[in-house]
Amino acid sequence: MPVESVFPRLEALLPHVQKPIQYVGGELNSTVKDWDACDVRWALMYPDAYEVGLPNQGVMILYEVLNEREGVLAERTYSVWPDLEKLMREHRVPQFTVDAHRPVGAFDLFGVSFSTELGYTNLLTALDLAGIPLRARDRGVDHPVVVAGGHAAFNPEPIADYIDCAVIGDGEQAVLEITEITRAWKAEGRPGGREELLLRLAKTGGVYVPGFYDVEYLPDGRIARVVPNRSGVPWRVSKHTVMDLDEWPYPKQPLVPLAETVHERMSVEIFRGCTRGCRFCQAGMITRPVRERSITGIGEMVEKGLKNTGFEEVGLLSLSSADHSEIGDIAKGLADRYEDDKIGLSLPSTRVDAFNIDLANELTRNGRRSGLTFAPEGGSERIRKVINKMVSEDDLIRTVATAYGNGWRQVKLYFMCGLPTETDDDVLQIADMAAKVISKGREVSGSNDIRCTVSIGGFVPKPHTPFQWAPQLSAEETDARLEKLRERIRADKRYGRSIGFRYHDGKPGIVEGLLSRGDRRVGDVIRAVYEAGGRFDGWREHFSYDLWMECAERALAPHGVDVDWYTTRERTYEEVLPWDHLDSGLDKDWLWEDWQDALDETEVEDCRWTPCFDCGVCPAMDTSIQIGPTGKKLLPLTVVNK
Amino acid sequence: MQRIRLRYTKRGRLRFTSHRDFQRAFERALRRAEVPMAYSAGFTPHPKVSYANAAPTGTGSEAEYLEIALTERRDPEVLRRLLDESLPDGLDVVDAVEAHTSGFADRLTASHWELRLDGVEPEEARKAVEVFLAADSVEVRRQTKKGMRTFDTRAAVASLEVAPTGSDRPGDGPCAILRLVVRHLTPAVRPDDVLSGLRATADLAPPVPAAVTRLAQGPLDEETGTVTDPLAPDRDATPAATVPDGTA
Repeated sequence: MPVESVFPRLEALLPHVQKPIQYVGGELNSTVKDWDACDVRWALMYPDAYEVGLPNQGVMILYEVLNEREGVLAERTYSVWPDLEKLMREHRVPQFTVDAHRPVGAFDLFGVSFSTELGYTNLLTALDLAGIPLRARDRGVDHPVVVAGGHAAFNPEPIADYIDCAVIGDGEQAVLEITEITRAWKAEGRPGGREELLLRLAKTGGVYVPGFYDVEYLPDGRIARVVPNRSGVPWRVSKHTVMDLDEWPYPKQPLVPLAETVHERMSVEIFRGCTRGCRFCQAGMITRPVRERSITGIGEMVEKGLKNTGFEEVGLLSLSSADHSEIGDIAKGLADRYEDDKIGLSLPSTRVDAFNIDLANELTRNGRRSGLTFAPEGGSERIRKVINKMVSEDDLIRTVATAYGNGWRQVKLYFMCGLPTETDDDVLQIADMAAKVISKGREVSGSNDIRCTVSIGGFVPKPHTPFQWAPQLSAEETDARLEKLRERIRADKRYGRSIGFRYHDGKPGIVEGLLSRGDRRVGDVIRAVYEAGGRFDGWREHFSYDLWMECAERALAPHGVDVDWYTTRERTYEEVLPWDHLDSGLDKDWLWEDWQDALDETEVEDCRWTPCFDCGVCPAMDTSIQIGPTGKKLLPLTVVNK
Repeated sequence: MQRIRLRYTKRGRLRFTSHRDFQRAFERALRRAEVPMAYSAGFTPHPKVSYANAAPTGTGSEAEYLEIALTERRDPEVLRRLLDESLPDGLDVVDAVEAHTSGFADRLTASHWELRLDGVEPEEARKAVEVFLAADSVEVRRQTKKGMRTFDTRAAVASLEVAPTGSDRPGDGPCAILRLVVRHLTPAVRPDDVLSGLRATADLAPPVPAAVTRLAQGPLDEETGTVTDPLAPDRDATPAATVPDGTA
């Protein structure tokens, strides 16, 4: 059955909204396939505004992987701003894809990628605009199967009522498996309806169907157990791990938008996973083991990507890019290749390490040396031991001295406030550190015209990390501690004027904390906030703390729990955590030991260069570390005949 | 250094491209097409592209102009095809001429516009146009960046007529099509200012926003009230000595 484009109806609304270009599609390298020639059709969503969602690598990769397949079609959709949402409701225009402007409700599968929990209300908006019942159990055989993915999907319990299933881990192979199972079920005439399809997916062990599990609670509100309510459904669902990144060189044809987005550059993922072991970092814990893309694979992706996009900047992405075993040769090789082409190279997420200044120098050979960013995360030596961020103050001062000595003029330092065991003193030491940075900078640069910006936000404990048991600091205490730090910096007559201070208040972190470590009962809060108009919670101008607190109080009261219970309460070893049945490979006992080590201020090494310390991931997932060096170099590109 | 002037379009859904959006897209297209661009000096060198009088966001156009500077000679037509292929459909490069004259931007003295008014009877539009044209001046007020300004829309209009409605338009219901030539003045009078003028003088109130397209821009022939080709002087001035190349 042909599906009509909603564009003619949408077009009439576009002159009335901000930045209409974000809704029209037509991006370079986007794909529109023949609807009737495909038997499995995916709508992929990043539940935030187009300007944030378009550059998202996860969606871009899956879009291309799926569209490359014969008979499979994937289109993209993003959250519409409230101005267009209002008009769409008035004129009954449904949630649409930007590729062919097809209604999302017409697709077989609706994949939603959650980098953050703050997209949950936007999921409900999109479902409602698409005409899909909000509750999974109210959906029929013709409604799309709603699949959640992304890092937040490692605890999908707060949205368990609204999604049909969740996939944890790498999506490349998982979407293809889901596609094949869906294709077979459709070809057989959809036997057993929606339930049968979900059952087939659940039986793979790699797709979590919340509806197939019952959660039982203890009288005190904690979870007693989570039990499958069908036979054939596994007790635990495993994450997916792609091995050999060189076999998955996506995106090959990165999307180039017409609208301006938050990342105006091409990104190449140089490795996946991180074993530095920072205890606050969920990404580092759930993406293990480290799998490097080879230097030659990276070189090829950069070359083809630039040719296909015309971008003038390439970001070499990963969780800690300077840790690639051949990063020196990669940086030098790319800098040599693109020196004359005015292509900028950037290395986000680098550690405090003097070696990284050499890299940064290499990457900015003929460019401007404006600012370098480092993340010591904790202000005191003690707290950095707690979080296992192994950076000494000497390292940091040496690093910034090198930076200022090489012509860099601004250093940005990232910190967190509210880390486990933290006291005011740990945070106030940030001011001392910044003062030392400026002092050293003035000394080596011989100039007073240097700056250090301190950027700090509240820490939110995340599932599948050693801090999953930790109490979160309340918003009030976070704000009070940040205020003291601000005062301390301001009072510094000698250096204070050279230190910038940027902070995020504690309130949004509490909502993020509620959603991160929430269970199914939190779903009612999300729905209440959505129904009261909550949207775009990641945006300061749209986020309402008071709305969240009001809705939480009402929705959680019948269960005898409250926001503090989810956020500032410390969990014990015995407690069943809402995400225990989702297997990230990390051994829960290892995580607990690491939590105890944190409290003892004991550090843990990186398993790439020390023996395995039994976090459990490799044996549980049958994976292993994949790192170089390969010993290969990037050769100059052959000169094209002119 | 070779300078080439291009005419390009903003068609269909890509009429929602803002000028800044177009600039980014065009500079990326230049890199994809490996055009040997001349760059500005300085810390962040920019390819040398000059844009002339871009149409507002949401307005379609058949006649946008820009000029690029190259460090190596290229055949304008070969370059046009290359860039056209490199840009998304709707942003089409439709004409290319080597620049042999100066003062191109000054040549763009008027634009020819088409306004599609859905929900308006052509007869109703014709009456309004008559009233408008008969007036000595039609002032409208609009908020600009510099505050509330008053514009004489009648003085800016060199010609205005209701075009015969084609049968190929989408949807049902009445539809009037206006064609008008508006002088480029400072401050600029826009086609929607003329619509405001029609509303002020003759109560013409379209129920939905007009679909606006620039059909042409260039020198205004005051006698006929038509807009002529601004690239004509460059085409005419092509020196015989120019060696066609593109393979150098």
